[in-house]
Amino acid sequence: MLDIIYQFISQNVLLPITTILLPVDYQAQALTVLQTVVKILSILVPVLITVAYFTYAERKIIGFIQGRIGPNRVGFFGFSLWGLGQPIADAVKLIVKEIIVPSSSNRALFIMAPILSLAPSLAAWAVIPFDDTKVLANVNAGLLYVLALTSLAVYGVIIAGWASNSKYAFLGAMRSAAQIVSYEIAMGFALVGVLVAAGSLNLGDIVNSQAGSVIHWFWIPLFPLFVIYFISGLAETNRAPFDVAEGESEIVAGFHVEYGGMAFSVFFMAEYANMILIAVLSAIMFCGGWLSPFQGIPGLEDLFTWVPPMFWLLAKTSFFMFLFLWFRATFPRYRYDQIMRLGWKVFIPLTIVWLVVVSALVVTNTPPWFN
Amino acid sequence: MANKIKNYITSLFLWELLKGLRLTGKYLFKRKITVQYPEEKTPQSHRFRGLHALRRYPNGEERCIACKLCEAVCPAVAITIESEARDDGSRRTTKYDIDLTKCIFCGFCEESCPVDSIVETRIFEYHGEKRGDLLMTKPRLLEIGDMVEKQLAEDRAKDALYR
Repeated sequence: MLDIIYQFISQNVLLPITTILLPVDYQAQALTVLQTVVKILSILVPVLITVAYFTYAERKIIGFIQGRIGPNRVGFFGFSLWGLGQPIADAVKLIVKEIIVPSSSNRALFIMAPILSLAPSLAAWAVIPFDDTKVLANVNAGLLYVLALTSLAVYGVIIAGWASNSKYAFLGAMRSAAQIVSYEIAMGFALVGVLVAAGSLNLGDIVNSQAGSVIHWFWIPLFPLFVIYFISGLAETNRAPFDVAEGESEIVAGFHVEYGGMAFSVFFMAEYANMILIAVLSAIMFCGGWLSPFQGIPGLEDLFTWVPPMFWLLAKTSFFMFLFLWFRATFPRYRYDQIMRLGWKVFIPLTIVWLVVVSALVVTNTPPWFN
Repeated sequence: MANKIKNYITSLFLWELLKGLRLTGKYLFKRKITVQYPEEKTPQSHRFRGLHALRRYPNGEERCIACKLCEAVCPAVAITIESEARDDGSRRTTKYDIDLTKCIFCGFCEESCPVDSIVETRIFEYHGEKRGDLLMTKPRLLEIGDMVEKQLAEDRAKDALYR
């Protein structure tokens, strides 16, 4: 389906544009550039729509868990449609609002901070394989790239806290900096586990090395790393129960107190895009990415061959996204020293121990994963 | 020692966190109790204390005798009364103002009234659009009373046993 649409666009839109507008020498390169732009848009637009509707899902699901029904009024054309128009209305409201730059802030940094936090979380999508072939940049150091970009997000937070020139913002930024740096290590070790197990840094190869059946996926041999990765992901994205950087009951909104309008909503988009990214990475690295969960089960396998592989990746991602919301509705915020204790004294030793276990499993070619 | 090991193991396997997740997971599917306000409304007690009203006797005579008990009891000093003798010699109010921006809807005025004249109705959906809209005057209060007299009489009859 998507391939056909893409072929159609590149044949009937991009090719004519390049042939009409450009001299012959540049046509081939220009076509490649335009095709890449179309591919990028085909990833980013759905991601941003998901971000918008993720906020809706969050309000709805947390409302349900709290015995409420969540937003259900704003709809389209006079129909309320369970409040599906809510994210659009929120977005319009935030776009229209004025962005106030505090007079004593560092103006350039103040404006740069939200961009710095959103850009890495969108850039990381470049290496996410949606399918055996559908990947924007099939780079061999994909895992490293992802790790680098997810940790870049902290700079947005720190710069926002610093540039705001407000003590609450600064407190939030400091908390978030220390937290993200600590959990980065545990997260990195969890990723090293995946690397050892898969024998590759390429995300596509990682998924392919999990092929076989549900029990071939890495979530069984790497179970502790899987749990630690997801929890570190929570800490990394500053989500409840690790949301001390925001801590609305303690320091109002943390690093983004001084932000309003679209600048504020860019921070929000970054947070949600990061959550989706962590969810998709958990699905890829530990739950077999686009592989069907019915693979290797005789009757069922053939029954589901018509399902596009991308569907399984999206289904797994949605499940992890749901977990983010479920956790937020369930757990109270960690105390700051508890966060540090968990990161340094529990997660890092655990990951190191499990790394040894995984390496042993790999060296001994333990079936069914590493033979 | 054994206890300590047990504690370590339960916390390592996130046992209590999973228990918490199970509880909230159950609530996800529970019936939602939100009242969809403009369409649905919660039931009201017959002792509901909403917008004020002045009542009349069935023959059309206003009940208020300007005893000023309500004015005296009002903790928010929201009631202002002026009175004069009417042509037939009875004492009646010439001014009966309730400043709803001061009123705390405690219901003391209603309780203090010896003739059941000043009452609080079940009306709670009202608003003022300009300054002075929430300053209720005697004619407006009487008008509200006339409007909901039937309900007021019913509610008073229901409560008569307990007064």
